[in-house]
Amino acid sequence: MARIGVFVCHCGENIASVVDCERVAKISASLPGVTYATDYKYMCSDPGQDLIKSAIAEHNLNGVVVAACSPHMHETTFRKAAQQAGLNPYLCEMANIREHCSWVHDDHEKATQKAIDLVRIMVEKVRRNHPLEPVRVSVTKRALVIGGGIAGIQAALDMANGGIEVVLVEKEPSIGGHMAQLSETFPTLDCSQCILTPKMVEVAQHPNIKLYTYSEVENVSGFVGNFKVTVRKKARSVNMELCNGCGLCTQKCPSRKIPNEFDRGLSNRSAIYIPFPQAIPNKPVIDRDHCIHFKTGKCGVCEKVCGTKAIDFDQQDELVNEEVGAIVVATGYDLYNISMDQPNDKLEGYGEYGYGKYPDVIDGLQFERLLSATGPTGGKILRPSDGKEPKNVVFISCVGSRHNAKGITYCSKICCTYIAKHGMLYKHKVPDGNAYVFYMDVRTSGKRFDEFWRRAVEEDGLVYLRGRVSKIYEQDGHLIVKGADTLSGVAVEVEADLVVLATAIVPQPNIEKLFQNLGISYDEYNFVTEAHPKLRPVESSTAGIFLAGACHSPKDIPESVAQASAAASKALILLSKPELEREPLVAKVNEATCIGCFYCLRACPAKAITEKEIKNRAGEVLRKVSEVNPSVCTGCGTCVSVCFSNSIDLEGFTDEQIYAEINSVIERMSVIQQ
Amino acid sequence: MRFAYYPGCSLHSTAVEFDISTRAVAPLLGIELVEIPNWVCCGASPTHQRDSILSYALAVANFNKAELVNEQIGVQCASCYNNLRRALFELHHSDEIKKKVEKVAGLDFGNNVQVFHLLDVFRNQIGLEAIKEKVTHPLKGLNVAAYYGCLLTRPPEAVAFDDPEWPTSMDDILQTCGATMVDWPYKTECCGASLALSRTDVVQKLSHDILKMAKIHGADCIAVACPLCHSNLDLRQKSIEKKFAENLELPIFYYTQLMGLAFGLSGKELGLDKLIVNPWKLLEEKGIGSKKS
Amino acid sequence: MKWIIKDLSQQNHFRQKIEALSQENLSLCYQCGECSAGCPIISFMDVSPNQIIRMIQLGREEEVLTARTPWLCASCITCTTRCPKEVDLAKVMDAVRQYAAIKKIAVPERETTLLQKLFMKNIKSFGRQFELLLIGKFNLLSGHFFKDVLLGPVMLRKGKLKLLPTFTDNLKQLKQIFARAEAEEKIEETTGKQ
Repeated sequence: MARIGVFVCHCGENIASVVDCERVAKISASLPGVTYATDYKYMCSDPGQDLIKSAIAEHNLNGVVVAACSPHMHETTFRKAAQQAGLNPYLCEMANIREHCSWVHDDHEKATQKAIDLVRIMVEKVRRNHPLEPVRVSVTKRALVIGGGIAGIQAALDMANGGIEVVLVEKEPSIGGHMAQLSETFPTLDCSQCILTPKMVEVAQHPNIKLYTYSEVENVSGFVGNFKVTVRKKARSVNMELCNGCGLCTQKCPSRKIPNEFDRGLSNRSAIYIPFPQAIPNKPVIDRDHCIHFKTGKCGVCEKVCGTKAIDFDQQDELVNEEVGAIVVATGYDLYNISMDQPNDKLEGYGEYGYGKYPDVIDGLQFERLLSATGPTGGKILRPSDGKEPKNVVFISCVGSRHNAKGITYCSKICCTYIAKHGMLYKHKVPDGNAYVFYMDVRTSGKRFDEFWRRAVEEDGLVYLRGRVSKIYEQDGHLIVKGADTLSGVAVEVEADLVVLATAIVPQPNIEKLFQNLGISYDEYNFVTEAHPKLRPVESSTAGIFLAGACHSPKDIPESVAQASAAASKALILLSKPELEREPLVAKVNEATCIGCFYCLRACPAKAITEKEIKNRAGEVLRKVSEVNPSVCTGCGTCVSVCFSNSIDLEGFTDEQIYAEINSVIERMSVIQQ
Repeated sequence: MRFAYYPGCSLHSTAVEFDISTRAVAPLLGIELVEIPNWVCCGASPTHQRDSILSYALAVANFNKAELVNEQIGVQCASCYNNLRRALFELHHSDEIKKKVEKVAGLDFGNNVQVFHLLDVFRNQIGLEAIKEKVTHPLKGLNVAAYYGCLLTRPPEAVAFDDPEWPTSMDDILQTCGATMVDWPYKTECCGASLALSRTDVVQKLSHDILKMAKIHGADCIAVACPLCHSNLDLRQKSIEKKFAENLELPIFYYTQLMGLAFGLSGKELGLDKLIVNPWKLLEEKGIGSKKS
Repeated sequence: MKWIIKDLSQQNHFRQKIEALSQENLSLCYQCGECSAGCPIISFMDVSPNQIIRMIQLGREEEVLTARTPWLCASCITCTTRCPKEVDLAKVMDAVRQYAAIKKIAVPERETTLLQKLFMKNIKSFGRQFELLLIGKFNLLSGHFFKDVLLGPVMLRKGKLKLLPTFTDNLKQLKQIFARAEAEEKIEETTGKQ
């Protein structure tokens, strides 16, 4: 026997200026199933909520319809109020007479009639509502961080310090990411390694952090609070227990002509190598693709010279299983390159800059390596082609970025500031040199960043030319740079000794495979999509998976660190409760009528449906039916629409309820037609 | 392989040696060129600079005549190629423009016409293997700068069969013919084009820069695929030398002339006598080709 | 120099016409200057190519039509190919030239427009170009009587200049095409439609 209360909100003038709320309440009072109806100026206010609570008590209501704004705004508010009055919150629903009515119509009479209809439809639904209890899910109090750059490191440290055991997986032999490659950071010109390495050491020594380096996340299954992760520990060919990091093997290795990834190809390394002096862990790894022993069966010098017998050529990849409750994605970035070979055909290289064949046309990270004291030139600025000191350096902004024709429309955010930094550091090292910057805009909007670039111009003498560069070519050992200065209205030609391109920040290559496995949304550039661009910047589209750093969008170190701490705090919130509560608006299978065709299983986008065996007492399997995991189900209703036998329904949105609403509309239409 | 051959105005006059050498070389590679009867001028640059629709309409008139011979049109003049291809592009991409053009042309555009530059045909349809088989007198020791100019490669969506910044079709073909191709940065820089008559000073400057750049990079000669580029670099070379007080002495060949020499044809058969800058000193020095037929 | 800007979004006939003739949206141009940076002829121009676009964006008809730049454009299409925003600048330059011709406005670089007229007249008369007449008439009407005159004999001798024109068989059709093109232009000019 339905005893529903209808509460019509004026929402100040938002609804009342178009809809006659008093009349809506009056007519609602005589609807079948409605015991009590009233209107009020602000239903969501404390007195408004009190009105609902006292009405529930006084009139013994077993259903509530609040005719007001969108459920997105206040469904939680009103459900809480109902719960406080002792009514199951899922017996309280909202009819949207604001966004769906007063805000989109001008005709008062028709709008009022529509509001009455909207209330009646919702009353028909609520008459068929059932009380529901939230789904409770247990939580594994561990977290996974994918990526060991500054964002991953910060997130791991924050969660570990918050009492959570953290598994940190990094695909390179050492943690540190791109920040380890930088020489100095803007705007303070702090030595990058100096501020990074203490954090790296902290990670290595933290009792709550389990560090997997030279490892990748192979597979993730499960759901929020209950993820099952398989990590592939790639074979280093070095026994980490026995190795003492003396480095003798790296010195004796005869294969020395391999382009060094850490120096971005500006120097060579050996086949057995430690990526950089401050690497953590500070132990070598064998690059099997270039190792003579692995290619021909010969050599083995490293094994011979190793004092602790730590070399293990037979070592295999190892698969390790971990269980975690929360995941933070911090896979970082790569740089767009101007060569003819691009990772996909949406992108184009820069033929007009030589497609990468000029050795003295380099990118920003390569210039960092030249600046760095641990770099290929010991911190001296020298040309890759002939090792001479360049007297004229040209820096070019927006190479790839903001360039619709080449396939990237976004701004890479950090380049304007690091170009100013590069120019300054160059001038500090080569005071009689010239630094020219070709730019379209200068976007140095961080704290004290604008003052930083003005210092570059006003004190260090950088020359900023406002225009793009149309072509670069080599002539007599110099690079002719053909650009423009639109402020003067001329074309400008500069004879440079070195050209540094600020190439676009792009996500890691093939990262979409990991995101697909995790089941998180990403955009057309493969950046991770946040749950809400304004209000939920560190959550992915999937519950329990958070994001931090440049894998989300181009950003600098302070922003990455801030996002990492934010993601960590979100994870800590998630893991702080012993149990998770989820909305019970999930699918439910009628096992009696289910025919076991499993279309629903195939259709479910959240992979929430599994096969369940129905057994008799003897344990024999009689048949199989579908089973919904209420912890994973997102309540999308796809399964309901594909079920042949009408055996699956959505709690809170049952077929019975929906048909009741539709019937209400049809009845109304036939009345209108008469 | 059969093509409806569209020579364009220049190949019948100022670039007649391009026509002669093309007709000599094509049959050796199994290409039959049948000249489109009563083709009209494509309009070149002045027409599209005055009225784009008229330029496309002239193209449609030519397409109609070409279809009677073959739906595949073969062109050598880069400017004609560019005009015809751009017309095709616009006609395929905009119904509005197609209607307007058909109205002005008084003809329907049948969508089956295709336009190829013969450089594209040689490189991509005939292929380097087939060309290699015909080489009997490799152009050994000849350092050639392949000059593509503007209109063969730009705009990329409408016309390019090769990379617009670093094209290699001509380089590949001539290398197969035994020449040493020079790596130089001015492959697609503009020579001044249609400003030849009204602003000869501009052409002299731009063409001078191209000639000089080729020479600096070690070229003995330049190979071209465009009549206007050829005339700017060849016909006007002497006046350029005089104006800039430099000795350039760079013979300018049509690429088909070099191909023909590699295939053993004589200078006469390839119209080498029609070049303004005398090529014989260079060719004899390298032991390539003969004046006799 | 000062430009008074008034009601640009509503009353900019010049910009609207140029955009219609070229089928390009000039709001895409963010004045990066790459076109000017790569233009091979810029050393001869009085106004840089990106400034021409800027002036059109701001509706400065007079400044655009008194600059030499649009008539010095050789249609090399380097700018179009390299524009990051995919604006077909060469087509915009064509549109400026077309605009001036339609409105019969006198422009700098008279010899270029003279050559254009003579070039197209020959096509109409013969169906194909007739270089001897073209050069002869051009020299005469431009006052450079002896320009390139030394090249004449060698070209004739090598058979690269014909003494007589070739007539195609469809001159009537051609004349009609030219007439219809002209008529079409007039219609669009008077109705303001494109």
